Amino acid sequence: MNSIFSGTRLRDMIRSIRACKTAAEERGVVRKECADIRASINENDPHDRHRNLAKLMFIHMLGYPTHFGQMECLKLIASPGFPEKRIGYLGLMLLLDERQEVLMLVTNSLKQDLNHTNQYVVGLALCALGNICSAEMARDLAPEVERLIQFRDPNIRKKAALCSTRIVRKVPDLAENFINAASSLLKEKHHGVLITGVQLCYELCTINDEALEYFRKKCTEGLIKTLRDITNSAYQPEYDVAGITDPFLHIRLLKLLRVLGHGDADASDLMTDILAQVATKTESNKNAGNAVLYECVETIMAIEDTSSLRVLAINILGRFLSNRDNNIRYVALNMLMKAIAFDDQAVQRHRVTILECVKDPDASIRKRALELVSLLVNENNVKQLTKELIDYLEISDEDFKEDLSAKICSIVEKFSPEKIWYIDQMLKVLSEAGKFVKDDVWHALIVVISNASELHGYTVRALYKAVLTYSEQETLVRVAIWCIGEYGDLLVNNVGMLGIEDPITVTESDAVDVVEDAITRHNSDMTTKAMALVALLKLSSRFPSISERIKDIIVKQKGSLLLEMQQRAIEFNSIVDRHKNIRWSSLVERMPVLDEATFNVRRAGSLPASVSTMAKPSVSIPNGVAAAPLVDLLDLGSDDIMAAPSSSGADFLQDLLGVDLGSSSAQSGATPGPKAGADLLMDILSIGTPSPAQNNTSSIDLLSTAGINNNPSNALDTLSSPAPPHIATTASAGGMFDLLDGLSPSPSKEATNGPAYPPIVAYESSTLKIEFTFSKPSGNPQETNVQATFINLSPNTFTDFIFQAAVPKFLQLHLDPASSNTLPASGNITQNLRVTNSQHGKKSLVMRMRIGYKLNGKDVLEEGQINNFPRGL
Amino acid sequence: KIERSERERGRKMGIRFILMVNKQGQTRLAQYYEWLTLEERRALEGEIVRKCLARNDQQQCSFVEHRNYKIVYRRYASLFFMVGVDDDENELAILEFIHLLVETMDKHFGNVCELDIMFHLEKAHFMLEEMVMNGCIVETSKANILSPIQLMDKAH
Repeated sequence: MNSIFSGTRLRDMIRSIRACKTAAEERGVVRKECADIRASINENDPHDRHRNLAKLMFIHMLGYPTHFGQMECLKLIASPGFPEKRIGYLGLMLLLDERQEVLMLVTNSLKQDLNHTNQYVVGLALCALGNICSAEMARDLAPEVERLIQFRDPNIRKKAALCSTRIVRKVPDLAENFINAASSLLKEKHHGVLITGVQLCYELCTINDEALEYFRKKCTEGLIKTLRDITNSAYQPEYDVAGITDPFLHIRLLKLLRVLGHGDADASDLMTDILAQVATKTESNKNAGNAVLYECVETIMAIEDTSSLRVLAINILGRFLSNRDNNIRYVALNMLMKAIAFDDQAVQRHRVTILECVKDPDASIRKRALELVSLLVNENNVKQLTKELIDYLEISDEDFKEDLSAKICSIVEKFSPEKIWYIDQMLKVLSEAGKFVKDDVWHALIVVISNASELHGYTVRALYKAVLTYSEQETLVRVAIWCIGEYGDLLVNNVGMLGIEDPITVTESDAVDVVEDAITRHNSDMTTKAMALVALLKLSSRFPSISERIKDIIVKQKGSLLLEMQQRAIEFNSIVDRHKNIRWSSLVERMPVLDEATFNVRRAGSLPASVSTMAKPSVSIPNGVAAAPLVDLLDLGSDDIMAAPSSSGADFLQDLLGVDLGSSSAQSGATPGPKAGADLLMDILSIGTPSPAQNNTSSIDLLSTAGINNNPSNALDTLSSPAPPHIATTASAGGMFDLLDGLSPSPSKEATNGPAYPPIVAYESSTLKIEFTFSKPSGNPQETNVQATFINLSPNTFTDFIFQAAVPKFLQLHLDPASSNTLPASGNITQNLRVTNSQHGKKSLVMRMRIGYKLNGKDVLEEGQINNFPRGL
Repeated sequence: KIERSERERGRKMGIRFILMVNKQGQTRLAQYYEWLTLEERRALEGEIVRKCLARNDQQQCSFVEHRNYKIVYRRYASLFFMVGVDDDENELAILEFIHLLVETMDKHFGNVCELDIMFHLEKAHFMLEEMVMNGCIVETSKANILSPIQLMDKAH
């Protein structure tokens, strides 16, 4: 129990930190200790160094900054004694990272230590290098490490092997140098050397095709023999875990075989026997055995088709799935997701069990099972599965409802056999989990409802009934009041009754009650209230007999604390009041049918690039961007024209929405002047409103939060339909395009380029945004020109900016040089890409990308995958 | 969505961090195999600990998905051992690894407890160093793991 730094001070420090009752107290102790350590460092007494560093490691673990101790690590490493070196290297690995320039200073010490006569010193250096080396260090020290792979002591060989995995990962060009050394390690008997050697081979295979071919040809048989030997080996106490000899080595070997067998029928053939043996003979009553079986199943599924083995693998998963141990069930669900790819039928057989797992008390199991169920859905079972899931939604935990409802919605949207079924299911979801449903989902529902004219009456009645019971579900309320506003007359007159409906009696006053309830409820949010106000205006025309009551409700909103509501209330009141005759005009008619195709394209375009590495289809949309479909939904028709001239307004909007509207203001030349547009509208509506220019700012604000029009006269335009023809005719073609696609950075360019593809936000982080715009050169449908715009969202300048991209084999990518490699704060640079899709029409574009830059002298790396390209590129 | 091939998967690093946390949620040992800033680490540890400690039911499985990590955790007396791995890592094998780690520490400290690790933090790290490098397992024999450490103890 004696420690090399049992100097009382370290223990004292730990004790006093342990004695702290509050975080503030702990901070105090740490601050004082850090001050002491700094002072001690300044005195430069070598005897205190290792104790200082041990303390710093502790402080670092607690989460306090310790950079001032970094130089101490270097001094300790350079000192001759082993204990000093050991703590120095440990400090190096804990306190420093490969991005820091201090690290460069250690290269020389490392080089000396790698050549040290004491093998334990060599071991320390290898370990440090393996954990933190940078590409530069890897290049400098690779020859030493290469030599050490053949060192006499196996404990050095194993560390050299793992150190090499880091080196080849950092500098893939060096891979060739290690191929021979790595294959020699596979012949060893020492388990540590074997497991690290196998890891090195695995690493080499993943970065170098020649290495893969080499190991496939020369080592497959040897590896199979090694696996057979340890599988059949006699009891070895040192490596035995629950009757399995070294399960870790088993698993590493199976992983390497997986890479060798994948895509190569001959190699796969060779390993069939041993895989069958492992799959059938491994004890499955302990965790270690199951770990090996699990790995074996994955290997069987990845190598080339050997159908009898796959039956075996699926059976093992079936057994896992019915296991009582939750860990085993979890991995079974995980693996079944991969199994679907080659044997959907076999997985479908377990559907009932999997559905039960969705209802498991364990959140991790539920999550996996839900992912799996959504992969199991097809046209034939969608109704049954959806019913099961919705039934469960009613009783599930509150914190699971968000995930569950999102999945149900995506299943329903994807596989819905008919509109009425879709509407029914969505209504159920909104009723049970309306407050968790994302904006794009209920926007989509409204678009579908709008398009299903024969179901308008049915839908509005169903919504009316639902909202009476589930008035706390915000999104349900929104859809309901929208429908009541649009189709209120169908509700009270029982128009378009379907055979399945029970007749209900709803008076005009009942319908207005629902809307009034929504607008007066204190916890309704701005969007709901705004939608209710619009619905009231529409109802004032649908229900003339109670228009006075409706007017009263509207008038009450004049006192709203929300400026926008106040203003609209005044305007709507004046419409109801002074222009009774226009009630019968087109102003408050139903909206024209919303364009489903445009909405879907817009919706797909606004989905963020999924950066996450876990396999989960993203349904979340950044708040700001979600406003875009709503704008469309409310038929903002001409509003881009109005917004465009005010560049300050556009900037503001850009801030709020997080999208680039900058160029739409530049487009204003192509659109009618602001004044003309406003006059036109005012003419049509023949009401006097304040000049739109004055209102832009406040009203744009509303657009993002509430989704109402961003301009008083436009607000009326929203309600008037069809859109005043004047506007459509005066706007040039480019202008119209701009209307439909106000978020595009350069819409006019696209408009001239044949079929237009909507631009996408390819990637967005807190500091950086990347937008792609597309154009097709005439004559070659396979080719797409992509203009990438990189926008710096941070207040700092990025230097040495570099964008790298990788595409799957069916694509070819050509990158032009970027317009600059320096990205000023809030500025942008562009770069052109040319993508050739050899599977044009069959597969969509996908891309992985990596961006590197220097921020305040530090390297920053961002990575992501872009899979929200528009279809058909 | 690209179907990730076996080869691409290999680019991942396996074990990304190892944490030992007591049941009050205080970190007692932290070893990261990828670089995170101090703030990121504090935030990550806080989130993970909250998530794992909330799952106190014995029946619940030992895996928690968090951000793009999978956390494999196991409780020994008052101490939680948490290992963050990539999505594709064999979860059951990591559980077995945690057990090996605990057994190794037991063998050295004799029924290891939180205080052993606190007051011998550097030694716990030396053991980990012998077991894991760059996110990969180096050695699985307890004797081989402990021999350099025992050698040092003898020298002093």
